[in-house]
Amino acid sequence: MSGVDASDARAAKSMRLADYLDAAKLEQKATRTGFGEGLVEAGRENPNVVGVCADLTESTHMQAFSEAFPERFIEIGVQEQLLAAMSAGLAMAGKIPFIASYAMFCPGRAWEQIRTNICLNDANVKIAGAHAGVSVGPDGATHQAVEDIAITRAIPNLTVVVPCDALQTKRAALAVARTPGPVYLRFGREKSPVVTTAQTPFEIGRAQVFRDGADVALVACGILVYNALVAAAQLARDDGVECLVLNNHTVKPMDEAAVIAAARRCGAVVTVEEHEVLGGMGSRVAESLAEHHPVPVEFIGVRDRFGQSGTPQELIEEYGMAPHHIVAAAKKVLGRKAARP
Amino acid sequence: MDRLSHERLVALQERANDIRRDFITMLVEAGSGHSAGPLDMADIFSALYFHILRHRPDDPLWDDRDRLILSNGHICPVRYAAMAEAGYFPRAELATLRKFGSRLQGHPERERLPGLETTSGPLGAGLAQAAGIAYGAKMDGKTWRVYCVASDAEQQCGLNWEAVLFAAKFRLDNLICIIDRNQIQIDGPTEQVMPLDPLPAKYQAFNWATLECDGNDIAAFVDAVARAQAVREKPIVIVAHTLAGKGVEFMEGDFHWHGKPPSPQEAVEALRELRTLKGKIEAGT
Repeated sequence: MSGVDASDARAAKSMRLADYLDAAKLEQKATRTGFGEGLVEAGRENPNVVGVCADLTESTHMQAFSEAFPERFIEIGVQEQLLAAMSAGLAMAGKIPFIASYAMFCPGRAWEQIRTNICLNDANVKIAGAHAGVSVGPDGATHQAVEDIAITRAIPNLTVVVPCDALQTKRAALAVARTPGPVYLRFGREKSPVVTTAQTPFEIGRAQVFRDGADVALVACGILVYNALVAAAQLARDDGVECLVLNNHTVKPMDEAAVIAAARRCGAVVTVEEHEVLGGMGSRVAESLAEHHPVPVEFIGVRDRFGQSGTPQELIEEYGMAPHHIVAAAKKVLGRKAARP
Repeated sequence: MDRLSHERLVALQERANDIRRDFITMLVEAGSGHSAGPLDMADIFSALYFHILRHRPDDPLWDDRDRLILSNGHICPVRYAAMAEAGYFPRAELATLRKFGSRLQGHPERERLPGLETTSGPLGAGLAQAAGIAYGAKMDGKTWRVYCVASDAEQQCGLNWEAVLFAAKFRLDNLICIIDRNQIQIDGPTEQVMPLDPLPAKYQAFNWATLECDGNDIAAFVDAVARAQAVREKPIVIVAHTLAGKGVEFMEGDFHWHGKPPSPQEAVEALRELRTLKGKIEAGT
């Protein structure tokens, strides 16, 4: 197999990741916890940061903010359309509202208010979508948002960020507060391995090479970045296949240059996301590649289905998003690459 | 708010008529749009822009301005006409309504025309945004007010009532909602399409202060606003009873004029009637 590009190797090293292969040693922490911590810091940093929640303060982890800044926390009850529309008004009065619910309800239920009242107004509202993906687990399909990236990335003016672990979610929450304009920040319920460290850089709109390789590019976002890293390690160990792993955390505006560079270098791509393949991050990658550098692409994600009850592990397995699925997809796309004239 | 002198009242009535005249001309030029609502709200917009609002047309983003939120965006030509009359932009620009490249979009867009406050059109969302602005103003101890103009039909939207609950919970007495109770919507009379009565009682039950007035009687409306401004610890709704299409007799009270413009021929007739109306005002003074 082909060798390792020195500059990508340096880039990957500069990410200063944890020893991600040693799952037992890695801290396990939910991305929502990271959001809660980041929001408190954002509140300390800027007195205009306001928290608004629709009866899910504890489970979206907005609790700490509500305790630290009670005068800046607004409880509005089960009113997700109001959550979006009223917060557009708060932004017009100079506030930076972070609005939190389950992703299924906001952006899910509140899509039109997000589109018209927040984004068409270019209102400085930060939409925090918790419990995204099937890894919500036992709650079942009604509460498992696997369509939210598709419906948010279609809206002009809206930035869409899907951080890879709790620490990155914390840093993303802070970065989001500092960035003017509407943002959708997506995160999950379950604990997941923390692969980044305090030294790992983070910048909205800038994808990160987490592992170097020249055979297949695994372009991932959210907590499945970890599965991509695990799959990459297995492929290297068992098959001598070197994967480039790109943490494509900003789905919009996507770091197109980084995605195209990864495709150019590897000639084959697997996208990995805890979301529908219809219209998700992988679709976004495919749009760019079809236009600028067509290479074979395989998609890891939910395939035109609703979720269901189960443990997170059972559901990740059922919907084809475990490391072994990624390994199989990488091999398949390698075959397609080899078959090209 | 200043006391409303007789001279001022007559001036406001004339402004309302000017707004109606501009509006008819704009709509014919645009070839599409809504007729009834803008006509019946001309009196209220005249009162708002030329008597009630604290604002600076030459400084539309002045920090301490009152915020006027137009929830039922489809009646925006009446707002555009009032803004032009007030000096926000040249009256000649009114002819660009609904045309490519115009700042006067078919439904108002905040990012295109300073002074609009919000983008609106999809019904039922204005009060929620107005409540958010009012809440933000309270957080910062601001004394400016938030006025939200809404249609009666959008009282059918669930989101509106979410906002009603919210404003009551936080006792937003800096928020005054003005409902154009003209009794019509696209598909027919509101009480046939989806009954709203008793509308003030509904708001009262939601812990709002409620007022009613004749929305085509400028003195009565100004008086209602003065009373609304005196209310403390509650948001206020003014149910303004208007005659749909007011000022153009062949449109008055007819729901068919909700969503269509007059033909050029009908516009000539409408403008003639409006001139007569001005004659009536002058004769009455």
